[in-house]
Amino acid sequence: MSDSFDIAVVGAGPAGGHAALTAAKSGLRVVILDEQAAAGGQVWRCKSTSIVSAPMTPESLAGNTLRKALGESAVTHHHDTRVWDIRREDDQWQLQILKNAESSQIHARSLILATGAREHVQPVPGWTTPGVIGLAGATALFKQSLTLPGKRTVVSGTGPLVFYVASEIRRLGGTVAAVVTPNTRTDWARALPAMALQPKLVARGALWVADLMLAGTPILWGHAVSRVSGHDHATGVATRNLAHGTDGPSIEADSVCLGHGLTPNIEAAQILGVPIRHDPALGGWVPNAEPDGLTAVEGLYLCGDGCGIRGVTAAGLQGTLVGARIARDLGKSSPKPSERPWQRAARFGQAMTALSLPRPDLVALSTDDTILCRCESLTRADITAEIDTGAASTNAVKSGRRACMGPCGGKYCQSVIASLIADQTGNDAKDIPPPTPRPPLRPIPLGQAAGAFDYDDLPIPKPAPL
Amino acid sequence: MTQDTTYDIAIIGGGIMGCATALRVAKGGMSAIVLDQGDLGQGASGVNAGTLSLQIKRVKLMPYALKGHHLWEEMGAAVGFAKTGGYTLAFNAREAEMLQERQTLKAEAGAPIEFISSDRLRAAEPNLTQKVEAASFCPEDGYANSSLTGQYYRGRLRDNGIPYREGCKVTAIERANGFTLTAPQGKIHAKRILLAAGAWLKPLAALLDVDLPVNARVNTVSVTERVQPLLSSVIGHATGLLTMKQKANGTVLIGGGWQGLGTPQDGRGTVNTDTVKPNLALAQYAVPGLGQARVTRSWTGFEANVPDFYPLAGALPAVPDAYVLGCVRGGYTIGPYIGLLMGDLILEREPEMPLFDPGRDFEKETI
Repeated sequence: MSDSFDIAVVGAGPAGGHAALTAAKSGLRVVILDEQAAAGGQVWRCKSTSIVSAPMTPESLAGNTLRKALGESAVTHHHDTRVWDIRREDDQWQLQILKNAESSQIHARSLILATGAREHVQPVPGWTTPGVIGLAGATALFKQSLTLPGKRTVVSGTGPLVFYVASEIRRLGGTVAAVVTPNTRTDWARALPAMALQPKLVARGALWVADLMLAGTPILWGHAVSRVSGHDHATGVATRNLAHGTDGPSIEADSVCLGHGLTPNIEAAQILGVPIRHDPALGGWVPNAEPDGLTAVEGLYLCGDGCGIRGVTAAGLQGTLVGARIARDLGKSSPKPSERPWQRAARFGQAMTALSLPRPDLVALSTDDTILCRCESLTRADITAEIDTGAASTNAVKSGRRACMGPCGGKYCQSVIASLIADQTGNDAKDIPPPTPRPPLRPIPLGQAAGAFDYDDLPIPKPAPL
Repeated sequence: MTQDTTYDIAIIGGGIMGCATALRVAKGGMSAIVLDQGDLGQGASGVNAGTLSLQIKRVKLMPYALKGHHLWEEMGAAVGFAKTGGYTLAFNAREAEMLQERQTLKAEAGAPIEFISSDRLRAAEPNLTQKVEAASFCPEDGYANSSLTGQYYRGRLRDNGIPYREGCKVTAIERANGFTLTAPQGKIHAKRILLAAGAWLKPLAALLDVDLPVNARVNTVSVTERVQPLLSSVIGHATGLLTMKQKANGTVLIGGGWQGLGTPQDGRGTVNTDTVKPNLALAQYAVPGLGQARVTRSWTGFEANVPDFYPLAGALPAVPDAYVLGCVRGGYTIGPYIGLLMGDLILEREPEMPLFDPGRDFEKETI
């Protein structure tokens, strides 16, 4: 299978979905490629087909609307599809994809990356114990399979997600042992002006908190989980009062949801040569892109949380801006939408991101024997020792200790390692870029990457000189 | 050291060759400083496949490769050295003929290479394909972990009191009372300089108005996730276009010099899927069980060469007190040793083996 399109969109979340829809309306041939079984991304993740009936949530409604629109549009949708390599050749994008265990190529004149975000978890002792999952990871369980993380759950982390997760656990019949959030009520008060831009979302958030309070669920403001106890499985958490620097209450639980904001997935843009910059207000390292998606790389556009964490509303609106821009760039007449709604939504989203910014008092909760790189089982002491011997970049720590060389490719540990390097060398976070990203974009079985071949047809070059 | 220090030598390029030379001249009493535009050992020295195989060395470089091998063995665990022995495979009659011809010459040049039966091969490496037509074996072959190069030499330089600067790109070289180098961190003064910047030798020598005919190959390497034991020795191919070994941690490293895209001047190279695919296919053909292993990373490194594919190692033409070292085919294996020879030349001692005049006529057979 090899197919040619005007536009290929990577990622079928709110940003990619809307970009594809807008571009397709102008008559362009659009393909959208996504790893999930159905469109919606992480935020509007579709329910498993084995769930026959369940009450609707705002997320499932919004997701259904997008899925219906894509289904009725002329957009070609490759679901359950992994994009593992992208290259520009002869003014065309060539994407290597893996679908149904078979490798094939897609060609397109223009490319939109809408790769979304991943969760940042600040390591604390015991965070890799079974029974601990990410906050965003927990939302995937709820949305896709109505599954709970455990019977009695501590929900801990920064930003609004912690209240959403706690409230969903209760709605699905679980018990929330406590909500533990490093944010204080003052942090939230500071976000109020930006929150006024999205009164509906604020009302929803207020309902989550009210529900928890009515149920008598303890909410520990200004606290963090400082240790997860349990050997084979989580048995509870210790907490720390961050303002006073004192120990908070210990809480028994069989499961813990832990998350500290989102980080853009920038690796694909980086590999394709888009310059990056450090912008903590947007979730860390972000690729440079205009509001309408334009980048320094010809024919490459970015939208959504993958170019800065601005939230779901902004992502969808930016998708529309980018779809219209790319249509005009490809010679179609597409009305130029106003950037104002996107800007307003982005202000709200960034206020939520600000509540999740990495905080030194959370970084200080890890100990020498806390695992930082899960793939390679490297502790904080392993990493700091390497920095002590002169490794002053994430690439140097990667080479010396294999941090970031496991299957995740550093997606989960690189920011933690970068912050340790910045600390120990007295450098700014902006001077410690992430390690060089390497293809494939996802690990893929060697046999599927190689594809079917006849030995005699392998294009073996001339041997080296004797 | 202050800004006004004049070093006996400034070495531009902190890879294996630059660092090995620095260690040698420092031992001989010279004050040296090592400068690298990036981190130490992150160029070809740190991203190659780490193969230490005599079976893929050039015939005329074999004496250097044998010496290099011993040095890697001495460096040992600190560089992830493992002497596993290595098999080179031929899958058809044409390749078998090539294997016979090439390995015979290499054996005559001093590499302990022998041709072995398929039964012996199968007993040693049961996961290899049954479709092997002919195979050679060298007990000296093995590998080291190239990603440890930077860590290793950083430690050696520090232990020997040799200063180094990373992220230090030399943008100008002035000649007056020795050399004054301009870098973002300030000026550096030295009586001598050694250019050891690998694939970046050409633009570096151009700062001294010297044109070195240096080209760069863009070699690709891929690695899998950790998998069950499949291989215990280094595997090669009669054409040299496959090198493969399974590390102690279970990952399988696959190289062979398949070409990526880009030039040193652009910055870094990029992987070309069109060449990675046949490289992986060749690996899977040799070890069918690899098909299930997930590839986690592919990357490229620039391997510098001159038209005759022999090293540049000696005085830089027309510039007194300037030296150049690079373009050594099989440079990972030979690097530590040729660095010693270069150090001796700079110390005005007679090197143990001849070096390679950078002023030679590259179009003629002069080596």
